[in-house]
Amino acid sequence: MLLSEVESIAHKLAKQQKEISVAEFFERNKHILGFGNPTRALLTSVKEGVDNGLDACEESGILPDIYVEIKNHEDGECKLIIEDNGPGIIKKQIKHIYGRLLYGSRFHAIRQSRGQQGIGISAVVLYSQLTTGKHAKITSKIQENRPANVIELAIDTNKNRAEVISREIIHWEKTTGTRIEVSIIADYKRGKRFVYEYLQSTSIVNPHAKIIFKEPDGTEHIFERILDNLPRKSVEIKPHPQGIELGTLIKIAKNTKSRKLSSFLKTEFSSMGDRTTNAVCEKANLEKGLDPKKMSREEFLALHKAFKKIKIMAPSTDCLSPIGETIIKRSLKHETQEISPEFIYTASRPATVYSGSPFQIEVGIVYGGSLPKDKPVKLLRFANRVPLLYQQGDCVSTTAISSIDWRRYGFDQPSGKGIPSGPAIFLTHVSSTLIPFTSESKEAIADINEIESEIKLAFRECARKVQSHIHKEVKRVKTREKFDLITKILPEIAKKSADMLNKPVPSLDSVITKIMDVVWIEDVIEYEKTSTKPIQSTLFEDGSENKSGGWITKSTVLVVNYKNTPQKFNLYALIPEDAVVGNVAPKPVKITNHYIKWNLEKIDPANKVDISFELAGLDKEDFDENDLYIENINAAYVIGADKWEGE
Amino acid sequence: MPKDFTKVIKKIDTIASKVYDDLDNSNVPNLKLPTRTKTNIKFDENLNVWKYGGNTTERSAKSLDGAYMMLRTMYMVDFIKDMIKANKSSTLREMYYISEGWDLAKFHSQPESDSLAEDLEVITSCMREDFKLRPEEDGARVIGNFVLEEMTRNKTKKKIHCQDDVGDSGYTIPYNVEPEKITFKSADADFLIAIETGGMFDRLVENGFDKKYRAILVHLKGQPARSTRRFIKRIHNEKKLPVLVFTDCDPWSYRIFGSVAYGAIKTAHISEYLATPEAQYLGVTPSDIENYKLPTDNLTKEDIHALKSELSDPRFQERFWKHEIKLQLSLGKKSEQQALAKYGLDYVTDTYLPEKLSEMGMLKK
Repeated sequence: MLLSEVESIAHKLAKQQKEISVAEFFERNKHILGFGNPTRALLTSVKEGVDNGLDACEESGILPDIYVEIKNHEDGECKLIIEDNGPGIIKKQIKHIYGRLLYGSRFHAIRQSRGQQGIGISAVVLYSQLTTGKHAKITSKIQENRPANVIELAIDTNKNRAEVISREIIHWEKTTGTRIEVSIIADYKRGKRFVYEYLQSTSIVNPHAKIIFKEPDGTEHIFERILDNLPRKSVEIKPHPQGIELGTLIKIAKNTKSRKLSSFLKTEFSSMGDRTTNAVCEKANLEKGLDPKKMSREEFLALHKAFKKIKIMAPSTDCLSPIGETIIKRSLKHETQEISPEFIYTASRPATVYSGSPFQIEVGIVYGGSLPKDKPVKLLRFANRVPLLYQQGDCVSTTAISSIDWRRYGFDQPSGKGIPSGPAIFLTHVSSTLIPFTSESKEAIADINEIESEIKLAFRECARKVQSHIHKEVKRVKTREKFDLITKILPEIAKKSADMLNKPVPSLDSVITKIMDVVWIEDVIEYEKTSTKPIQSTLFEDGSENKSGGWITKSTVLVVNYKNTPQKFNLYALIPEDAVVGNVAPKPVKITNHYIKWNLEKIDPANKVDISFELAGLDKEDFDENDLYIENINAAYVIGADKWEGE
Repeated sequence: MPKDFTKVIKKIDTIASKVYDDLDNSNVPNLKLPTRTKTNIKFDENLNVWKYGGNTTERSAKSLDGAYMMLRTMYMVDFIKDMIKANKSSTLREMYYISEGWDLAKFHSQPESDSLAEDLEVITSCMREDFKLRPEEDGARVIGNFVLEEMTRNKTKKKIHCQDDVGDSGYTIPYNVEPEKITFKSADADFLIAIETGGMFDRLVENGFDKKYRAILVHLKGQPARSTRRFIKRIHNEKKLPVLVFTDCDPWSYRIFGSVAYGAIKTAHISEYLATPEAQYLGVTPSDIENYKLPTDNLTKEDIHALKSELSDPRFQERFWKHEIKLQLSLGKKSEQQALAKYGLDYVTDTYLPEKLSEMGMLKK
């Protein structure tokens, strides 16, 4: 098709679009809106409802309890009930939120939110109406001592307005909350798996939420809350000049209260100080005193171009609300209990920016257990805490993972490209104020170079941990054998030979050092439940982060010199950034956010040193593997720690 | 005839002493023994048999496996010493079960303990019998015109004529065939034929081949037991009888011949006791497949591999074997002794064997 033809068709469509009702708009676009077939429609409906519920709870500081129920799936019709414990919706807003398409999206709120990912709950109401002809029933309670409002409504598709069918006031047990009941045509049999997977995945990245899923046959799946803190509230920021589109720029200018171009730039955008503003105006060849409301299209174009040419400070990244390495790990651990994985590693990149939009990457690898060894690894993709279940092949995370040579990390991957095979689950979470989806269906993230390279860096970091774990395991097995040899078998040989010859049992010390010929480092991690006993903190004076009744992680490290000369070296133990260090023995020479360092003075042959440290502020098993490094000694002499490569 | 075991105990104690002294001198204990693989067997010109060569394997306690082996060795020599003192003996299988109680030193399978017993023979230059260990296997059968004297368990000597005093299944060779147990008296035969399969042994007996051709027939029962080989060796030496080996025509049967004539890799340390270097291979040869137009099967992958491996086996370097093995590889076929039945039940005794025996100069016309 020629380009001119495309344009003319587009023009024709545009003319028609003015006249069509929302019903027609929906019908035409239902594929990209996520209602293309009865399987998709079921998932999309659940997703809209659950996302709404989570957002509502978080915005008002309530730990979310989400209830999803699917009923009577006969003749392809399902009744869907989604309930949250959010703040509820005031009576007059209910009909707008549920009865109007594309209502309520706030103009230019630049912050991380789930909301950007769906067309909205009203589309579910409309889908219900179009497929079953039934009304949606909304229950909402906004205050503890007041009754709940129940509204049944339909959508007037010509006016895009809600039509209230009935109102009722009832008593509802819930303190506050919202409940929606809709009947839709859906393929439950096929869609069930997706719904389950979506809710499970949602639970992984929203560990502060409890989600209950009740199936038509009464089976209840409960995804427990494993974290009692809400995610950090993301801060709204102003748009960054480098991420803005020309049209948006013009729109902002039309609505601004500023009268001069310079103040317009400084007040409406982030990262614009005096110097940058001057530089932009100069580059665009525009007067600083220009009235932004009266600027011509050409002038806006010049300004827009100048944004790209001037070096502008990256936007602040506190508008993002990442999940956090430790929490992702804890969450994955909880959700993969049945698999009993060998280990879980997570990595988190610092926040950064792609064309003016801040974003941050977090990844995780679950390895081993009952996961299939010969199948491609399972990819879990998330954008702003929402699982992405379709179009895996088109997603930047898939591209990034496929371009890493996983063979060197112990995975199968013919020709070193593509999704590797092995007993693993790979999780990717992209947080951003603006997730660059490939299309309106919002199932895949576009191949943006900056995002791809950040995902790669995060996975490489994680993979290195996997590699070093496997490496350590192999070494550990070997050294465990040696240990058995010197502690069990050799003494037996000595005893037996002495018995046979009626001689005294010879001393084995020097033979043992000859056989081992290493410095042996062994460690144990234990967890102790604390009452309210305060932990003496060497890092933070107030220790206010310690909640009463938490866990103390106790790590004990044993260093034995099995070499035949005295040894002297430095030992480092890595600690998680969010941990608080308690008692440490012997006295370390240095404690930072990331490690504890000891100088170990002269350990004689066959002698040992006990080292221990305590960590607070972590949950049980958050810290389940010591990461030990040594300095000023040949690493080949040491078993149980690697060479310190510096910070 | 009670045997003097003091020598054996002395030899066993040297093993314990070696280990003890190593430990006492702050050395990692180790034991050396000849490498017991195909690559380390050499022809001994004086003895005319294949023996282990100069390569040695060191068992050091430095590795976990080595330490386990050493501990097991200590337990086994201790056990043997106890048996000698208590004047008891056990089968290899019994010893394997006894080792279950050896805690860390227990074996995972019987071949492991059997193999260690062989190692001990190699290290000490003793025989299994010196250790009061005996095999599980019952001996093979023999029939022919000769008389032997056996010391029974009642400590009485019993003379047995191996044609007249035995039934059609012959005399059963006991596990111990040393002079304290068996002595050969008179023999009136021209040669001995060792036969691989029981079916063929019985055919020859039924057809009266032993009487008609003045032959002693021995049933090998597949890969022959030590006592069977030792029995053949003694009768050959003491009664000056030529030994002929009659087996199927496949690589596994050639190995049976190999162990009778040259010694087995596993027991190369006692080849001079067990092997009969003068033994000759009678058939069935690959040439026979062609000459007698015998029914055949195709060689399997494993067969071909085994044949090729025999081409590099020092025991099969004679021109005869090289020629026959190469011929068989080019034919791609194998055959069985009993394939001769194609021409009738009497064909083997009336035609095949007489023809082969005259070819080999065994039959006095």
